[in-house]
Amino acid sequence: MGMEGIGARVARKEDKRFLTGKGRYTDDMIVPGMKFAYFVRSPHAHARITGIDVSAAKAMPGVIDVLDGKQLQADGIGNLICGWMIHSKDGSPMKMGAWRPLAVDTVRYVGDAVAIVVADTAAEARDAAEAVVVDYDELPAVTTSLAALGEGAPQIHPEAPGNLIFDWQIGDGAATDAAIASAAHVTEIEIHNNRLSPNPMEPRATLGIYDSAEDHFTCYTTSQNPHVARLVMSAFYNVAPENKLRVIAPDVGGGFGSKIYIYPEEIVCLWASKKTGVPVKWTSDRTEAFLTDAHGRDHVSKVKMAFDKDHRIIGLKVDTIANLGAYMSLFSSAVPTYLYATLLSGQYAIPAIHANVRTVYTNTVPVDAYRGAGRPEATYLLERTMETAARELGISPAELRRKNFIRSFPYQTPVIMNYDAGDYEASLSAAMQAADWDGFPARRAQSEARGKKRGIGMSCYIEACGIAPSQAVGSLGAGVGLWESAEVRVNAVGTIEVLTGSHSHGQGHETTFAQLVADRLGVPIASVNIVHGDTDKVQMGMGTYGSRSGAVGMSAIVKALDKVEMKAKKIAAHLMEADESDIVIENGELKVAGTDKSLPWFQVALAAYTAHNLPAGMEPGLKEGAFYDPSNFTFPAGCYIAEVEVDPETGKTEILQFVAADDFGNIINPLIVEGQVHGGLAQGIGQALLEEVRYDEATGQILTASYMDYAMPRADDLPSFTLSHQNTPCPGNPLGIKGCGEAGAIGSPPALINAITDAIGINDLTMPATPLKVWSALQGSSMRMAAE
Amino acid sequence: MAKVTLTVNGRTMSGECDDRTLLVHFIREKLGLTGTHVGCDTTQCGACVVHMDGRSVKSCSILAVQASGSTVTTIEGIAAQGELHPVQAAFNQHHGLQCGFCTPGMVMTAVDMIARHGGALDEATVRHELEGNICRCTGYHNIVKAVLSANEEMHGAARQAAE
Ligand code: FES
Ligand code: FES
Repeated sequence: MGMEGIGARVARKEDKRFLTGKGRYTDDMIVPGMKFAYFVRSPHAHARITGIDVSAAKAMPGVIDVLDGKQLQADGIGNLICGWMIHSKDGSPMKMGAWRPLAVDTVRYVGDAVAIVVADTAAEARDAAEAVVVDYDELPAVTTSLAALGEGAPQIHPEAPGNLIFDWQIGDGAATDAAIASAAHVTEIEIHNNRLSPNPMEPRATLGIYDSAEDHFTCYTTSQNPHVARLVMSAFYNVAPENKLRVIAPDVGGGFGSKIYIYPEEIVCLWASKKTGVPVKWTSDRTEAFLTDAHGRDHVSKVKMAFDKDHRIIGLKVDTIANLGAYMSLFSSAVPTYLYATLLSGQYAIPAIHANVRTVYTNTVPVDAYRGAGRPEATYLLERTMETAARELGISPAELRRKNFIRSFPYQTPVIMNYDAGDYEASLSAAMQAADWDGFPARRAQSEARGKKRGIGMSCYIEACGIAPSQAVGSLGAGVGLWESAEVRVNAVGTIEVLTGSHSHGQGHETTFAQLVADRLGVPIASVNIVHGDTDKVQMGMGTYGSRSGAVGMSAIVKALDKVEMKAKKIAAHLMEADESDIVIENGELKVAGTDKSLPWFQVALAAYTAHNLPAGMEPGLKEGAFYDPSNFTFPAGCYIAEVEVDPETGKTEILQFVAADDFGNIINPLIVEGQVHGGLAQGIGQALLEEVRYDEATGQILTASYMDYAMPRADDLPSFTLSHQNTPCPGNPLGIKGCGEAGAIGSPPALINAITDAIGINDLTMPATPLKVWSALQGSSMRMAAE
Repeated sequence: MAKVTLTVNGRTMSGECDDRTLLVHFIREKLGLTGTHVGCDTTQCGACVVHMDGRSVKSCSILAVQASGSTVTTIEGIAAQGELHPVQAAFNQHHGLQCGFCTPGMVMTAVDMIARHGGALDEATVRHELEGNICRCTGYHNIVKAVLSANEEMHGAARQAAE
């Protein structure tokens, strides 16, 4: 592997700037003449706008202008779109209501943007926003998916009668029903997946700059995919043609999905910059983030899992309702369908699966992908069901899983996915050993002696990463291809720039991508720079989400490196008068195999640029680009085990140990991969124990709009984690990478809830398992016991 | 408008600001030191931690005028020229940061924590004292490791020098 190559535990190159306060995030950008924006937002969950009076606001100190949705519409700026078409089972297309960047006649959630105020300072803009008078006729609101589908529910979009966006299905319904009818045992359970706010620590921000001399726009923004932002703003929102719009996503302080989408603020600040003639910067505060950043999850499902007499699963039937909020966000339709139901086979051989998914509008923040996006929902559903079944059948949870594991590959599931490689038994065994599963009864007895309730729980997850083969997703309704691009530029002095369409917002690409180059060429990572996040520098790319940067983004770099190497070898062969096929690249040199003849890398690079002596007909220069389109998804998988102690007096859960055994395929940098797992686990544990977005059902007001009300995991809510890897290389891409970004968030919630329900001996418990909920459950059971 | 004078990272700086301006905004916008971040509006996340007269404070919870006359150290000021402070080095070595947004506050908190405990730090104490700093990326595992390792490095070195 070499000291800095693939597999080396290299400390990150990018750290120094972050550690010394030299990171450059969007809100750090200062340009001459820059002014500040504040958005006037709806205080109501659902209302008709009957008038907007901006005259008082315009007269406030420092105010440059106040602009509303009618002006935006008059200028031809388009509505926000959902980029993935889903058809209902009756063949009709999904029913997308209009989402205007600034609401014109109706507001549909608390936080819906109505107008923008531009002023000299952020404080002045905020003050003036208070003076904008918007007249509202309040309408009844609905916040839960079940209520939105109910008889007489408030109608949110005229395009979607009954608030139903689509009613979609996958799998074989008849075969599944037959399996259930013939089953020796059927486990039935209702599963709630709680609504979450992603909460990257950097709030969203954007700086729109219009240059009237060039008729050109620049947009700094907190984006995971600046190229997609440019494409969508240009092709659909009519902001500017692509050649007149530069999007830059500089250092971005975390995304977790929430910074994939193009939000109203980016569009409106660009437009407002042209209207006012000044650069316009907007930075979200945390409350605004809770009010407007896309939320995640929010599923309610009914499950039936059928077993034969040998405890083999013979059928799985799932009926899910997904809350998509007030508008359809960019990928919102794909999350509860192709990113969710296609993973319902889990790690198990299930001959018949059928899932029905209904998505609904409610008067809440739009819901879209959040770390894992659909796959955590599938895993939580399956693994809670498996645990419940094991309890009902009276067999150990490990045995039930082992009995049903898929053991030969490739494996075609009944729900589209074709698993290419895996070894589920290996992760299960490793996790059980690391957790000392067999020693648990003794530990439980010790806890009992101290008046505590101890429990242990597992979860076996699979996810689909490396998103995604373009043709396949195109046939399923995606509006874009999901390949990645790369360009490798070798400078005349031999140093290297790699341009990538992936975007790093914490993942460490500047290090791992350089490690790949170091591995191939034997040059130090210090001589390799990674360029990303700017549409003027990198031609096109699809960005970073779905653990795609390694499996897809790095594969594109491999392809470009192949071409660079081929040309460098030709030049070296020519210069050393050797046969091209005898040239090998090692330790920063091009050598003639079996001889002592060699040329250092930089000399070959220099020769490419002096062009004094190149093979006949060869173009000067050493720079190659490539696009890589994956042939399949990748399938990371693993087994997680949580051991907890519940204090029956308070209902508080303490995590005593958390074991994660993962198969990520080949690993470029274990230090970084472990960090990704830690972060994912914290978010998954947050979902299981602490986090939930809550609304007041009567008024549609969000109740959890600050860190006082929304419980983020803190350092002393979490244990140190025990990690291990059982890697089966992915056969689908040149580096054998599967991806690791989401695993922690996918596998951990069911392991924890399985552990807590094991501890308290009550299976019926919803996330987040707060002390109050656990305590109440225990009170309920002791009351029941007393009554019996 | 108020005039605020501060000694920041060893230099005396002054500027005019609104009476209501928070210290964090004064540092970021008037002094141009953007390493100190704003991650919330309820003084909970710790992205804004700086040292004021030798103590760590959340610079979003204090007005710039209140801070006038004090000595402030920000993330830009803790490393000797060109070198990392041992806490910064430990965060790098142990991968205690991902997106880097919480990092300045984490580092400033950790420097203060290590100084206050005089070498006697354990995992439980570190986790407890990080209560006021939220990180969404790392799950804290490697931050805790980095703080303990920096503590060892700094106080281990001090012990050796004393011997
Ligand atoms: S910005 Fe100061 S605590 Fe969050
Ligand atoms: S490193 Fe991203 S929030 Fe801590």
